[in-house]
Amino acid sequence: MLLLECPYCGKRAESEFHCGGEAHIARPETPAELDDQAWAEYLYYRTNPKGLHAERWQHRHGCGRWFNALRDTVSDKVVETYKMGEPRPDASNANIPDPAKVRSA
Amino acid sequence: MLEVNLAKRAPAVFLAEQAGRGPIDIVLQPTMGRLSFRAKEAALEGRSEVSGLAVDGAINTRRENGDLAAMRLGPDEWMFLCDDGEVDNLAERIAEEMSGKAFSLVDVSHRDVTFEVSGAASDAVIASGSPLDLSLEAFPVGMATRTIFAKSDIVLARLSQTTWQVTCWRSFATYVQGYLADAAKDFAVA
Repeated sequence: MLLLECPYCGKRAESEFHCGGEAHIARPETPAELDDQAWAEYLYYRTNPKGLHAERWQHRHGCGRWFNALRDTVSDKVVETYKMGEPRPDASNANIPDPAKVRSA
Repeated sequence: MLEVNLAKRAPAVFLAEQAGRGPIDIVLQPTMGRLSFRAKEAALEGRSEVSGLAVDGAINTRRENGDLAAMRLGPDEWMFLCDDGEVDNLAERIAEEMSGKAFSLVDVSHRDVTFEVSGAASDAVIASGSPLDLSLEAFPVGMATRTIFAKSDIVLARLSQTTWQVTCWRSFATYVQGYLADAAKDFAVA
């Protein structure tokens, strides 16, 4: 069982949560002025990184709040969670395994 | 208002005879008034209570005041409980007190039913469907939270060391009651 740290409720089982995709994607202020490519990039293009990924999560079967989580896509470890509106934390000190070593292990 | 009184009907599931032989009691609670109240900090203006219902408690706590109880389920969400006949009065009083502020108040009395699970090992019965840490340190008396029980969304509140209230949507009640009864059978004396 994975535990996620809700910024409001503390550690809870993953089954109480729902993932809402990549975080920090700002809606363009004037969509009418965008060309199709720029609009498509806002709607569909995602970074899909190997390593730390900022994601939106909702504590759906709990307090109901949305928050952001920094998750390592290689190890599935959630390094940090933070409230909506807060900037992406600097997780350079986080103990993230090197993807190359994980692959060869 | 819709005239529904579940408590006066036969329980949807007749508990297996064995379930009642053990130390666990699973009792459907009488219909009560339930108001879902939502307001941001700015709208509450630092007040500690709204019409006698505490709104200054920590998230996931339950506060009682006579016949009233307030469960804070999220940063801006409360479930207010009162006697069945009082709900319209209470809603009016809250609406009056909060008038001019941004808030939401919805009567959800008939959406939910509550089961009280009590007796020694009642925590084990709850734990059969919940991954929460139910020790007194992690889930003290007076805590209340929305969570998952088996496959159902519930609100779980601890009233005493061995007394729990499990509140679920009415349409989930047979499932939740059946699951609780099944777990209670494990503690039944043969």
